[in-house]
Amino acid sequence: MSDGSTEFTRLPETDAEREDPEQATREEVLEFWQDRFGVPAETFEGYSFWERGAGKLWLYRGRPPSPVDIEGLGMTFLRTRQEHWKPTLEAVQRFGDRASKNVIHLDEDAARAFVAGEDRELDWDGDWGYLVVTHDLAGEAEPAGVGLYVYGELRSQVPKGRRREV
Amino acid sequence: MEPLDRYRPIIDDFEAFIDACERPLPSAVRVNTIKATVERVRTALADTDIAHDPVDWHDGLFVLPDDSPGANWPYFHGWIHGQEEVSAIPATVLDPQPGDRVWDACAAPGSKTTQLAALMDDTGEVVATDNNLGRISALRTNTERLGATTVAVTHEDGRNHSLKPFGGEGYDRALVDVPCSCEGTIRKNPDTLADWSLSHVEGISGVQKGILKRAVEVTKPGGTVVYSTCTFAPEENEAVLDYVLDEVACEIVEYDLPLDHAPGITEWQDERFDPRVANAKRIYPHHNDTGGFFCAKLEVRAE
Repeated sequence: MSDGSTEFTRLPETDAEREDPEQATREEVLEFWQDRFGVPAETFEGYSFWERGAGKLWLYRGRPPSPVDIEGLGMTFLRTRQEHWKPTLEAVQRFGDRASKNVIHLDEDAARAFVAGEDRELDWDGDWGYLVVTHDLAGEAEPAGVGLYVYGELRSQVPKGRRREV
Repeated sequence: MEPLDRYRPIIDDFEAFIDACERPLPSAVRVNTIKATVERVRTALADTDIAHDPVDWHDGLFVLPDDSPGANWPYFHGWIHGQEEVSAIPATVLDPQPGDRVWDACAAPGSKTTQLAALMDDTGEVVATDNNLGRISALRTNTERLGATTVAVTHEDGRNHSLKPFGGEGYDRALVDVPCSCEGTIRKNPDTLADWSLSHVEGISGVQKGILKRAVEVTKPGGTVVYSTCTFAPEENEAVLDYVLDEVACEIVEYDLPLDHAPGITEWQDERFDPRVANAKRIYPHHNDTGGFFCAKLEVRAE
């Protein structure tokens, strides 16, 4: 996935500050989480959003000068510059507990299949597209990752390196 | 165990020490408080029938007598991280506070980096440096799985660490957990001593001195630097501290550690070290049935 660049650029706050018309703004990122998953914008107060390469966004707590040329900055967060923006598993595990929309809850069997990277036919009467996938852990629903729901099927989006037989 | 024989004069109950070094060590995990509480991890481990024994000096650590840490729900969620008991010592001694700026000078694979971020409630900034891109990849993977959002990773030799990317600002604290001859990890990796040589010990000691010196230089006066190794060699431990006391403005300070330990040694073979190195702590495998470790706490002084 790496394009070799190690330069991180802070996202512009709004459209008015944007120089690259394809680059996402902070405002758009907040709107995406709010509109798609119901995650309130204040969840990300104190965080800054950064782009490295084309479309790969990172979320970071500190505020270094932009651009900053280093190997990593916080966590990968969101893939933009494509028709449907896609949150990362890390972002969903960390912030998905605040989601109130497009959340699909799996039973234990389906959750194991999801984490192993398997696709599965499932009934879902909500929107198609990327969903927050949860299951019960230690007595509460816990976000496990991102699924893609299309054509009656939940497709696991767990990256190969994170798949496990639990 | 032959390279360890040279420590006979400095280790009490040397036979018990060698016996402990020959016993394997079970897996241990640290609770990642960025994503979960100790209580939820305990419940999740119990629900999945994973035996987990508490560790008396640190309530966020569990020994897993029957399991490896990597294939279970709490691991997948980044609630736990495989980390040996003694490896959790230096970050607790550094005691970073929420909002601090901290440098982790030899950060990969990131067990201590993520522990620092967790101790700071994932606020502030942890600049995590390593000189090896392969190990940086492991550091990034662990940082992501544990959900730390305050870790910035740089690829450089710690001896030449640059403050430039961050606008030149110094640090409140620094963790200097240096590459070492790893004698203390023999219970985990029985092959550790196969390639042991005194020339390697002496060579790596020069690198350790350079990194610790840089850490003191980039930490603000009044700030804290913790120096640690997982080895017993005085050349890599007290001799390195003795060197920085001469080179840069710092003091080696006393600290509490709720684990049995011995003080730093002030004499080794033909050398005498600054008496302040006695404030460092040596943790031997037979003391607490752990791996071996060395840890010193330094306070940075104004020039």
